[in-house]
Amino acid sequence: MINLPENELDFGIAGSEPTMLGQPNFWRRALKSLMHDGVALASVAFIVLLVIVAVFAPWISPYNPVQQFANGLSPVGAPVGPGSHFLLGTDSAARDVLSRLIYGARVSLLVGVVATSLASAIGVVVGAIAGYAGGIVESVLMRLTDMVLSFPILLFCVALIAVTGPSTRNVVLVIAFAYWTYLARVVRGQVLSLKEREFVTAARTLGVGHIKIIRKHILPHLMPTIIVYATLGIATSILLEASLSFLGIGVPLPQASWGEMISEGQQYFQSAPWLLIAPGVALILTVLAFNLAGDWLTDLLDPATREGR
Amino acid sequence: MTQTSTLLSVRDLSVHFRLRRGPKDSRNVRAVDGVTFEIAKGQTLGIAGESGSGKSTVARSLVQITRPTGGTIYLDGSDVTSLKGRRLKEFRRRMQMVFQDPYDSLDPRMSVRDAIGEALSVSGLPGPRHDETVEELLRRVNLPASLARRYPGQLSGGQRQRVSIARALAVNPKIIICDEAVAALDVSIRAQVLNLLKDIQHDTGVAYLFISHDLSTLRFMADQVAIMYVGRVVEYGTSDEVFSRPLHPYTKALIAAVPSVTTRGRTRLKLSGEPPDPGNPPSGCPFHPRCPEAVDQCRLTRPELGTTDEGQSVACHVVLSRHGRDATRQVSP
Amino acid sequence: MSGWVIRRFLQMILVVFGVVTLAFVFAFLVPANPARMVAGPQASPAAVASIAHQLGLDRSTWSQYWSFLGRLVHGNLGISFVLQGRTVASEILRALPYTAFLAVGGVIWEVIIGIPAGVIAAYKPRSFFDRFATLGALFGLSAPPFWLGLMLIYFLSYRWSIFPLNGVGSPLIWYMILPSFTLGVGGAAFYSRMVRTTILQVLRSPFIEFARLKGMPERTILFRHVVRHALIPVVTMLGMDLGYFLGGVLIIESIFGIPGVGQLAFASISTLDVPMITGTVMVAAIFMVVMSFIVDVAYTFIDPRVRLNRGQ
Repeated sequence: MINLPENELDFGIAGSEPTMLGQPNFWRRALKSLMHDGVALASVAFIVLLVIVAVFAPWISPYNPVQQFANGLSPVGAPVGPGSHFLLGTDSAARDVLSRLIYGARVSLLVGVVATSLASAIGVVVGAIAGYAGGIVESVLMRLTDMVLSFPILLFCVALIAVTGPSTRNVVLVIAFAYWTYLARVVRGQVLSLKEREFVTAARTLGVGHIKIIRKHILPHLMPTIIVYATLGIATSILLEASLSFLGIGVPLPQASWGEMISEGQQYFQSAPWLLIAPGVALILTVLAFNLAGDWLTDLLDPATREGR
Repeated sequence: MTQTSTLLSVRDLSVHFRLRRGPKDSRNVRAVDGVTFEIAKGQTLGIAGESGSGKSTVARSLVQITRPTGGTIYLDGSDVTSLKGRRLKEFRRRMQMVFQDPYDSLDPRMSVRDAIGEALSVSGLPGPRHDETVEELLRRVNLPASLARRYPGQLSGGQRQRVSIARALAVNPKIIICDEAVAALDVSIRAQVLNLLKDIQHDTGVAYLFISHDLSTLRFMADQVAIMYVGRVVEYGTSDEVFSRPLHPYTKALIAAVPSVTTRGRTRLKLSGEPPDPGNPPSGCPFHPRCPEAVDQCRLTRPELGTTDEGQSVACHVVLSRHGRDATRQVSP
Repeated sequence: MSGWVIRRFLQMILVVFGVVTLAFVFAFLVPANPARMVAGPQASPAAVASIAHQLGLDRSTWSQYWSFLGRLVHGNLGISFVLQGRTVASEILRALPYTAFLAVGGVIWEVIIGIPAGVIAAYKPRSFFDRFATLGALFGLSAPPFWLGLMLIYFLSYRWSIFPLNGVGSPLIWYMILPSFTLGVGGAAFYSRMVRTTILQVLRSPFIEFARLKGMPERTILFRHVVRHALIPVVTMLGMDLGYFLGGVLIIESIFGIPGVGQLAFASISTLDVPMITGTVMVAAIFMVVMSFIVDVAYTFIDPRVRLNRGQ
């Protein structure tokens, strides 16, 4: 399930005039709205915390995430439960779960942010060109998008990884390749209505070139949508990465990834449920934080959707 | 009016397009069908008509936002009908447009300075000189220079329309097309903007093509008037001729509908019914279903524009048989 | 009307064609020699060459593509490289009933949780239930299905032994409750939000005001006008979900040990069984494309407004 607003579920991002990004007192307004919204504040705070943890992982993490400890297994060879020495216990390979969790945040954020940026870039370019050019160009680009969209996203990723071989870079590329279609569709729809706006016609009658019109008059209006979709896209990408790693074709071992941790824990969960709970909770909180932040940004950048969400 | 003073000459302009109403329903719409007129330097031509009459399409096809499908447009004696690339850009600087909706014709994400600056860049003015020129242009439209830093959202409708005018003036056009440019404004502000436009014309000698559904505005602004109905000009003459002595039944009805222009004693003609669908116009004269004077011929053949004894041209069988000098000749002023 | 359906149908064929071509290209990209895989690791170069000839691998790419298309038209998806002597089509047909059962179950869960939750939440906005539903939906949208599935197995099957641990058996429905629930949770969460949003929007529209002014009871308004309106987009999206699920639900099938299309696809990917990979991916994509065609056509029949918009 990809949790994105699709065309049937246009939350009204297009059309109305959202808070002006880059205009005076935008940041003040953003901060004020954040202070009034406890849930949003909590999610943004969580994301900031997560970024700090990911960036400073080597200093924060208690141990090396791939180190196998001699005292990391119980006498019968089972993982050690949470305790004073290993705060969240150890896994079946006698590694510290907390350290792996911290390093896993790195992987999740890195894959999420890079894959989403890449996907957004492709999606915006394809969508903007299709919407602005119209005609044959639009038909070709949108049919191509349909084709990629009609591949089941996870199966598609799995198949692609099977060809390209598992590596962090490939995971990023594959997720980006699957995700750009969503943005391309939305952006195209918005560009279609934007290019009929009179200020675009006015620029055309002035003799402003197409590239400049797209850059100066179309792209700035797409920013709210791009930001909202990118935020939701990070959530989706993190889930996809976890799913791929869960299937064993994501980030290569022995690097720590939350999905891989859950997959590992699967075999021992009867005796060591913390192996499942720790990465699961981390994953849920992270995805939740990005989803909620996305909701908040939707509200902030587009007053028309404030009600009813 | 001598030949040399002609600035814009439009011959037989047509804009036809296919309209798909539904999966099954597609037809040819003649939004503009054989329209001919001229505008002299420093003069104003007013085009009037109800919505759907094609008057906005005329404007859009003149600035080549909608490509004309037929006819020729001459500006300063040279054919500008189907320009491309650099020559199109160069042409666009000579013909500018002020749009109807002051809330949509300025990019809400661009400050006044940047909006006018964009036009200045197009006309090749180097960046460092923009601020000074923007101020000058704002003064020209009676706005304080301090407005340059504002965004459209912080301006009133009248201020925005003045900014739009300033933007159009920034490229030194020979002619400005005003498509319902004051329709969205309050009456008091409307008068100010109209006066401003007249002042500018007086000072710079710019010509206007003024499109409006409001006859009192046209009477105030226009030297020449063309009345359009379903894509065609039905009456064309000087403002005096058309307003003081309307001949076409449609023009009469339009004028009668405006209280301030109605002279006492004249029979008030009521315009009943809706204007026809341009995709499916009636046979013969498109006005005949609503015309109080229609005769059998009106249902069968469409009248061409012909010159009358009174001076203006009219496309009406009844009028031409009564006053017409030459009902078959196409008008060529 | 019919003209549009035909255009849409041709469009669908075009996309199917593209998908099939993509699958063919994909098979070429796999870094494995198919003939070597069929012949086995100990086969002599001559044996490999003869198999390559049998498979037509020594012919030109175009001619291979052509015969690939020709076989597809007859429903022939090729022979598995790994499962000796089995055709891809027969394997998919064997796995499909499990996936279909799971997919339909998932959609049913989406409907019976998502729609009532959305309707009640919208009917009493900002009530306790609304907040509870919001929280639940957020959780449902954010929890990775594989984690949720494992948690359900841990508590409901392992700790409390209510449901079977995994695999399939008789009666099948008993084995499908947890997997289909896991599958449906995300969608249920999504639809509850969507239904709530649309209903709140519809409630603000003028025709509802009018119904109220006429003195129509709130309950009648809600069910006769509002819910019906709000359900149109949901119904069509459910169709898309079904198409998507039918393509195989890889992770859930693997957690619960269901021998469906997803498992088949995953297994074939790990063994680089190229015909099986292309076959399953293609079938999944075609399910999506066909469902989206059906949904589009159905949509135009349900909602007259769409018909007008589509025409332009």
